[in-house]
Amino acid sequence: TSHEYKLNFRKSKEACLSYIQDAMLQKQWKRAAEFLTFYIESLEKDFSTEYVGPSEMIWRIGTEILCHHSHSSMKEFNSFIEQMKTLGVKRYLKVCLEHAFHLLCNGRTDEAYQNLSLAESWRFGEQTTAQDKEMKLIQAYRGLLDYYSWSKQKNVLLEYEKDGFEDLSVEQEMHSSFRKAAVNLKEIIQIPGVWDLFVKCYVDLLEFYGDHDEARQVLSEYAYNSKFPANPNAHVYLYQFLKRHGEPKKSLISVLKILYDIVPSHELMIDFNTMLQKSKKRKKRRLGLEVIFAALDYAGWKENVKAWSCLARQVKQIIISEKHPDWIKQEWNSRKDWWPTFHFSRYLAKRNWQENESLAYEKALVAGILLGKDCKYFKYVSHQGCKDQKKRFRTLKKFVNKHSSVYLRISG
Amino acid sequence: EDYHERCVQCSEVNWGLTDGGRFYCRTCHNVIERTREVVNTDVISNTRVQTISKGLRKQEKTDEGWEWYVCEGFQFVLKKQAEALEALGICPQMKDEILCNFWRRYLQKSQQAYCNRPAGEAIKVLSGCDSSTDVDSEPERPSLLHLLSFSESDGDLLTDCSFGSSIGKVSESTSVCSGSVDGSLHLMKNQKDKLRMSMPMTLSFCYMALLWLREPMTLSDLLRFVVEGHIPYLNVFQCFPEKMKLYGLDLKIFCVESWPVYEEVYDKMLQLAAFLELPRFPDITDSCFLHPDMLCMKYLMEANLPDELHNWTCRVVKKIHIGEADFLTFAPGNKSTRKVKYDVLAAAVIVVVLKLLFLLDDHCEWLLSDFAEERNKNNKEDGPYFEFKKWCKIIKSSLDVEQKKLDEERAKYLWRCEKPLFYSAKKKSKVLKRRQIVVNLQNQFGKLSGSVQPAEKPNPSSFQLNWSEENTDGSCFHGHSLKGILQEKCGLLTAMNPDYWLCTVKLCTEKLCGHLAHYRDLDFPQSYHFVLRLFSFLLRIQPSYIHEEVCMIEHKLFNKKLYKKPKYSPGQRK
Repeated sequence: TSHEYKLNFRKSKEACLSYIQDAMLQKQWKRAAEFLTFYIESLEKDFSTEYVGPSEMIWRIGTEILCHHSHSSMKEFNSFIEQMKTLGVKRYLKVCLEHAFHLLCNGRTDEAYQNLSLAESWRFGEQTTAQDKEMKLIQAYRGLLDYYSWSKQKNVLLEYEKDGFEDLSVEQEMHSSFRKAAVNLKEIIQIPGVWDLFVKCYVDLLEFYGDHDEARQVLSEYAYNSKFPANPNAHVYLYQFLKRHGEPKKSLISVLKILYDIVPSHELMIDFNTMLQKSKKRKKRRLGLEVIFAALDYAGWKENVKAWSCLARQVKQIIISEKHPDWIKQEWNSRKDWWPTFHFSRYLAKRNWQENESLAYEKALVAGILLGKDCKYFKYVSHQGCKDQKKRFRTLKKFVNKHSSVYLRISG
Repeated sequence: EDYHERCVQCSEVNWGLTDGGRFYCRTCHNVIERTREVVNTDVISNTRVQTISKGLRKQEKTDEGWEWYVCEGFQFVLKKQAEALEALGICPQMKDEILCNFWRRYLQKSQQAYCNRPAGEAIKVLSGCDSSTDVDSEPERPSLLHLLSFSESDGDLLTDCSFGSSIGKVSESTSVCSGSVDGSLHLMKNQKDKLRMSMPMTLSFCYMALLWLREPMTLSDLLRFVVEGHIPYLNVFQCFPEKMKLYGLDLKIFCVESWPVYEEVYDKMLQLAAFLELPRFPDITDSCFLHPDMLCMKYLMEANLPDELHNWTCRVVKKIHIGEADFLTFAPGNKSTRKVKYDVLAAAVIVVVLKLLFLLDDHCEWLLSDFAEERNKNNKEDGPYFEFKKWCKIIKSSLDVEQKKLDEERAKYLWRCEKPLFYSAKKKSKVLKRRQIVVNLQNQFGKLSGSVQPAEKPNPSSFQLNWSEENTDGSCFHGHSLKGILQEKCGLLTAMNPDYWLCTVKLCTEKLCGHLAHYRDLDFPQSYHFVLRLFSFLLRIQPSYIHEEVCMIEHKLFNKKLYKKPKYSPGQRK
């Protein structure tokens, strides 16, 4: 320990801060509060040269303590935040925004809404433009809350309809919430960024009121505008929308192609492969094989029966048609060194057989084709299956035996 | 004043009273022998210094308050400090006589009062100096603005000159504000030769007075009492009377934001004594508290070391003649003598004795301790033999506890005073609002602190660590015997340890680097560092100061071996 012999205000407060930090890290909230009381007088000497000044420190630390301390209440928290708002004009909107988040996290939606509305109406000369970003966020979140109101009101109306009632006032409220929400949501999603929740809500609104063109436009922008950060979800939302509205396979495939490029392990790869397999175009079928092989490179897919069945189906189809076995060879080339241990070890054979017979079946087919009938996996599973007198395994065995020469061509 | 004699110098009848109670002529400033018993009820108006050039003080009848000078403020501070010292047991003579006289002499020498050429003349010289009223306060500007570079006022301090009648007297063009008349003048840098008064210097004054009276308080004691709040220092200006308004530059003068440092206060005292041209101080003899024999006894007790060590410290003191009055007594005029820090010296003597007996090379002391432990087992008749190991263990745990407490206290210091301060009227509302927020927040989080008692001021005590022989746990070593590590040789008891290692073979030239030696804990044995740490905690100073003193003592002790017989080299063990 270094003992500071020259003690001044600054060093004393630095030491105080480190005690607060230690206490917080050890979740000793009473002790943290105690030291904070001694730190608070730093406010009267705001170091303008510091990167993070005392008022910001106190805001952050105080928030943490009040969140965790057993004796603190929401009322206390609110009163604390109100004081923080007066401390730093440059941070005013940020504090408001975080306050709203806190309220939302505690289920106080109405209060959050009030806070956001109040913050929206704040004006302070130059600061208003300087804090433009925060203002936009405040408006966006208020729009989100408007959406939730709309959603609630919509559900109420649907309930009424079931019972044969009508309620004009609720309906009017609903429309008014829609208008308020739409304006703000539309505004925020124009700014490059990740706005998944906002986009979904906005699209929901548009779909309800039948504005499908606008919805498609919004989703396309969100997915394809290069100014926006690469976001797999954007493509997922677009795909789901197009599917909902019965778009042709061609469009769906082109959307999923981009998703495949970004996230080859995405769960929609199964849908993608299924569509591609059925395609009349050779290139698409080729891509399908590539996609399903790529997905199964990921550990999270190892026990996915659906994926294995897709691969098995496609491989089987290729073998039977006797066209393009080279496709399999190409895909297998980069995998033959590690897939055997990764997917087709004897240990996995046993485990798969014990846990999931269908999985074992699909995998055995693939293994039999790729590694030949003498491979550990196939031998074990087919033996077990035949022993149990399961018909499909006998069929499987016959199939693989019949096409054993293919293996030689693939592995060669 | 009902004295109507004509003044011998100027024949006027215009008498005033100095604070010493003597009559002086307001016209020609002639001070006469006649004194007057003055009964002080109103504290301030009688301690206010009558600076001659200003003539009669105008007492403002408005809320603006009195005109007051910076030196009056300091005078007030000194008075408060002296009163506190008296409450601690220092003799009243300190306050009534010694400190007063020192202060008066200072005022005289610095030409602020009691002299013919008033300081007011200097003001006229300055009024010609150019200062812009630009709002920007960049530190590089060669104007009064640079004085404000640390203030929060962002420059609007300069444009607000609605307060105080002091402005016109300082300079027409500066429009700098302070509650005092000469606040800005005081802060001007060209006062080196006049030894500008500062808050740390008030403590130098106090210590100087204590030293003159040879009171039982060392400088480290004094500074510790200041930090513990027994002696006003931090926000003492709060006690200024209502009418003495404090703001603007006054804050820079009277508001301190750091605790006084031993070296700084000590050096200032030396400068002060020289500046005041004080004669040789009263002799420090072996019956004085400050004498190393006395202080060593005190520190030995506090460090929980055996009383028998005192014999050894006295021997060392005698051998190197540091117990002599000529060495110990403070003689400001004599530039060649090294000035003595009594507390540090005593601590260093103890460290040297420990080195003599235990070597403290991280090896020998443990061997000796084991040896003593062995002897203790068979020891039935005598008192227990001192075991270094046991002592270390007990001291270490106490020290750690105390150090931890001290560190926490330091982190918990509240520096702000009750009265909110502000630089100008414009800032006032902002400051008050802030103050309100601070108070609210303190209350809010104070409630969440649990049942924590507000830290009470510890009772002023000369001893920080207390050990009682009544403790049955054997944690007090005062009565322990050193026989465990001594042996008989020619009828005398000498240390079993024949070796010694010097902290440094060569002393630095103090004039060049300011120190005799430099200390880095990694370069020295841990036991040595531990012992230094103990005393540096007790004295609240850096270990290097004690180390320096140890080096000095060693060089005196082994003088012959070091300087007269170059062939023999005791050598450095590490």
